[in-house]
Amino acid sequence: MADASAAGAGGIRIANVGHTYRPPRGRPVTALEEVSLEVAENEFLALLGPSGCGKSTLLYLIGGFLPIESGGISVGGTPVAAPGPDRGVVFQHFALFPWKTVRENVLYGLEKQRLPKAEREARAAAFIEMVHLDGFEDSYPSQLSGGMKQRVAIARTLAMDPGTLLMDEPFGALDAQTRSLMHEELLAILKRTAKTVVFVTHDVQEAVLLADRVAVMTARPGRIKTVVDVADVGGAADAIRDPRFVEKVDFLWGQVRDEALAAQKGGAG
Amino acid sequence: MTAALWRYTPLFLIAAAWEGAIRAGLMDSSLLPPFSEVMAALGRLVVDPELYRHAAASLMREVAGFGLAVIVGIALGIVMAWYVPVRILVNPLVRCIYPMPKSALIPVMIMWLGLGHLAKIGLIFLGCLLPVIVSAFNAARGVDTVLIWSAQAAGATRRQILTEIVLPASLPEILAGVRTSLALSFVLLVSSEFLMAREGLGYMIAFLGEGGVYDAMFAAVLLVTGIGFAADRAYLAVARRLLVWRE
Repeated sequence: MADASAAGAGGIRIANVGHTYRPPRGRPVTALEEVSLEVAENEFLALLGPSGCGKSTLLYLIGGFLPIESGGISVGGTPVAAPGPDRGVVFQHFALFPWKTVRENVLYGLEKQRLPKAEREARAAAFIEMVHLDGFEDSYPSQLSGGMKQRVAIARTLAMDPGTLLMDEPFGALDAQTRSLMHEELLAILKRTAKTVVFVTHDVQEAVLLADRVAVMTARPGRIKTVVDVADVGGAADAIRDPRFVEKVDFLWGQVRDEALAAQKGGAG
Repeated sequence: MTAALWRYTPLFLIAAAWEGAIRAGLMDSSLLPPFSEVMAALGRLVVDPELYRHAAASLMREVAGFGLAVIVGIALGIVMAWYVPVRILVNPLVRCIYPMPKSALIPVMIMWLGLGHLAKIGLIFLGCLLPVIVSAFNAARGVDTVLIWSAQAAGATRRQILTEIVLPASLPEILAGVRTSLALSFVLLVSSEFLMAREGLGYMIAFLGEGGVYDAMFAAVLLVTGIGFAADRAYLAVARRLLVWRE
């Protein structure tokens, strides 16, 4: 790989990617246009933008769930063509299999990877414990709260040990308190097992708190407006009172607000 | 137990009204024998080996026709939802056959399959197949895309996604469609046996009616009703077990 260097061996390279939704009825919608972005190995990148800017679309393209129509995406030097266990995904609405218990949900991917039974069981137990759900192994998702469901989803994804973690507003559906606890847990988990993370959110503070870099996207059609390095701030719950943290949040807020206004104008016009 | 008894109070009231109306001379007992006589006839019926010969024939037709319809219907409905060529081929047929009164097929079935078991099995199969196909098709199309994506990201193959994700995710809706089919299967079983049979519970009802043995005929009707009710209850119990994961 000639230019694997730029993104690092396990990093993500997105070059000139565009995407247009063509609904069966109605006009086609250009969600993404000429998006280029690189994420270094073990870097945490937050994708920030107004709703409808195509940030989830970009994440689904990296995941291989949508066909890449123009440009190219490679993860760890391999072009993305289909979903794969090298890229773990955590969806906004958990996407747990409701007919499987907590343990069965976590085991599903491990079974698909044909791990020996003893190892599967041990790994599932370890990751369920890691997200503090031991004791709930035999519960069904319908019996759990939103925060617990999302912890199962995270355990299920992490148990597969993917090099890349794709998270689509994973904490968007949770209340503020649970969300704050989940932030701490996620950072603690990543400290133990380093991963390349792309984290979609529309919450500026969350982005600055968790990420090494924040990429702000423009209103539709989505492009990368600016990329801000925030590695030196955040990383802990009390960071939000750090003046430098507040400064970065304010700056990014301004960037996102301009785009949100542009999106509104676009919608009205 | 007492709660269950209370739930069926209206049935006891109807039985009492039935008996009372005839005793009071409000109804002609040659048209409707008193409830007590029907129950006595039912008592004689259940110890008659003839009943079990007819019941066995009906049961065989019911299980074969309905069972086949459920298996084929679920498979066809899901495959239709998943593979466009199958959908293009099968969907118009389903839409045409769906609203057709299946009992209209009885003469055709006799012509093609004769007077034996096959014609009844064929009729029950065709009648029950469509509600199952339609419910499986709709359910499979409505499966949340992110569930499928989750399975793909875990490394599931296309076939595994169908059997391990689409099928269980569709189950609640499929089970509702199958229940409709179960009720329909009894209608088709009995009505086909009325018209074209030498054995079976439907045949027995027709035979007793023609012979003027009304108390036994009503007893047989009550028995078939009871079997249908029990089948539905048993089905609900099984469905509830299959869906324990729902709230």
